[in-house]
Amino acid sequence: MATEPTTTPQTLTSELALQMYEQMRRIRSFEERVNDLYRSAKMPGLAHLYIGEEAVAVGVCSALHRDDYITSTHRGHGHCLAKGASIERMFCELLGKEAGYCHGKGGSMHIADHEHGNLGANAIVGGSTGIATGAAFSAKSRRTGQVAVCFFGEGALGQGVLYEVMNMASLWQLPVIYVCEQNFYNEYTHYSETTAGEVAARPAAFGIPEEEVDGQDVRAVFDAACRAVERARSGGGPAFLTCATYRFHGHHVGDIDRGYYRSKDEEEQWRRRDPVEILAAWLVDRGIADRSKLERVDENLAAEIAAAADAALEAPYPDPREVNEHVYA
Amino acid sequence: MPELSYREAVRDALSQAMRNDEDVFIMGEDIAEMGGSMGVTQGMLEEFGPDRVRNTPISEMAIVGSGIGAAIQGMRPVVEVMYEDFLTISMEQIVNQAAKHRYMSGGQLKVPLTIRTQGGAGWSPGAQHAQQVEAWFVGVPGLKVVFASTPSDVRGLLWSAIYDDNPVIFFEHRTLYGLKEELAEEIEPIPIGQARVHRQGEDVTVVATGRLVHEALAAAEEAGQQGVSVEVVDPRTLQPLDEDAIVASVKKTNRCVVAHEAVTRMGFGAEVAAVVQHQAFDWLDAPVERVGAKFTPLPFAPVMEEYVVPHATDVLEAIQKTVQRDGSS
Ligand SMILES: Cc1ncc(C[n+]2csc(CCOP(=O)(O)OP(=O)(O)O)c2C)c(N)n1
Repeated sequence: MATEPTTTPQTLTSELALQMYEQMRRIRSFEERVNDLYRSAKMPGLAHLYIGEEAVAVGVCSALHRDDYITSTHRGHGHCLAKGASIERMFCELLGKEAGYCHGKGGSMHIADHEHGNLGANAIVGGSTGIATGAAFSAKSRRTGQVAVCFFGEGALGQGVLYEVMNMASLWQLPVIYVCEQNFYNEYTHYSETTAGEVAARPAAFGIPEEEVDGQDVRAVFDAACRAVERARSGGGPAFLTCATYRFHGHHVGDIDRGYYRSKDEEEQWRRRDPVEILAAWLVDRGIADRSKLERVDENLAAEIAAAADAALEAPYPDPREVNEHVYA
Repeated sequence: MPELSYREAVRDALSQAMRNDEDVFIMGEDIAEMGGSMGVTQGMLEEFGPDRVRNTPISEMAIVGSGIGAAIQGMRPVVEVMYEDFLTISMEQIVNQAAKHRYMSGGQLKVPLTIRTQGGAGWSPGAQHAQQVEAWFVGVPGLKVVFASTPSDVRGLLWSAIYDDNPVIFFEHRTLYGLKEELAEEIEPIPIGQARVHRQGEDVTVVATGRLVHEALAAAEEAGQQGVSVEVVDPRTLQPLDEDAIVASVKKTNRCVVAHEAVTRMGFGAEVAAVVQHQAFDWLDAPVERVGAKFTPLPFAPVMEEYVVPHATDVLEAIQKTVQRDGSS
């Protein structure tokens, strides 16, 4: 069920557009550094890079208030940063340091930042759909006016819990927005091999308004998110956004040779639709910024990232005996 | 004799069974082109084709559930659940359906289903990708539970699991996939319910499973240098359990240590300790020592993960405790 675009509740000012550029760039540079750190064996565990998909997190989170909720996925760095996380504490967490968001207990796939409404990244596909729906329930019960956004990849369409919570959210008109990051692959398998029927038919079956969005165009994502958020906040119930996008890198940092599941040609075509570049071109075209101004933004970010990563590399590890803390409240 | 890794040994059992029997097939997430996230099923798509090497949606409940249905009809499905943490999603189907249809139907039906899964710490995957849950299934009448620790065991036991007329939960340990051993071309099935004595000894019996078998063997080596002779027994199948082999060993050594990577509390070792104290009470010279993970979810930071899960040093300490205690002999 595609909804008619209504008036955009929040307008995209030049200032906001520039902020979005900076935020997308921050995610991009952060993750490029993460990739280097993994490649040089300085980071433990796994990381799933969000590079290529930045417009989804930034477009959606720009439509949210600080106290609105999000839940994230195994590919969560972009969501966390877009919702306001500090890069230094992110780096610390990814390196297993005491100063990380979760004191080293979470790692890349589990960053939670309660202060900014981020209820946590999640390593279980579909694992956070209930949490987002329940957070929306609490907001509605307490009449706080908050909304909850549930990010997930199209792979989560295979999980029953998603359908159970969409049914509830629609029945109870909960202020939750399901954001499907449609990047076409469930790990190394094309989604057409795992997903029958149309994505849009799923929310439609529950009477949840659905919109399909160009996930490489942050302005389009922002507009659609604003409509969904506005409706949810004013008691209109849940919404579902399908954002078509693409991860430029592998499923995780170690997935280098991808030829057996997707072609170089396909990768190149998507790289030509780089979300950061698309916004940059628009900013220049509109006269909001010139290239040298954007380059300065990039340079400042590079310095910020380098300083944060260096600080995180120097930061102390937790005392192993702390493992017993936080098992129970 | 060719040398096979634990990974190749699993693949060999699957392939030989599939060559042998049209009713055997495998399915799971990313097992076809990708060959599974651990590379176990690599190359099998080419040999057996997509009907018998089937990629599934990310739907653990349906993977197990449809496996049950096909098994009841006399096929011998081997379904893969990528990480044992994801068994939680298929728990209903395993516990209420697979385990009970034989019984509830008064013996009319049988469920010759094998559920392969893997897990284990040691690479900082965090709390949702590395716990060891084998003990949960041991308490469910109707299920068999296997946990193999070497290439020869994993191959011979998987063969028996596939041809067993009952549902078998088959645990593999992630850190063992590279382990190599010379194996005959022809598979020698290993009966389900038969323990293996890895090393003869006189002073202490260590009953260990999974990765801890190897830690126990290292500890036994070290103890030997200190003049303590250690017998290492791997039950290999947790349900049914070869109580006789364990009890016979303890009656010889008069001391017992149980060791596994899962949390100590309610771990499989608790059952072994109960069996030993009941059947060898008068032979025991020391309380049964238990080695397992600390009672926490798995933390991400390597310093913490290392601290939570047991190693050879922990097994050695437990061995020393049992011998330091002055026995009656
Ligand atoms: C319940 C569950 N099953 C399987 C996995 C293993 N796994 C991790 S990511 C992934 C693919 C997810 O694809 P998608 O949801 O589309 O997200 P993307 O990685 O494309 O961002 C799988 C199967 C998991 N983490 N959780």
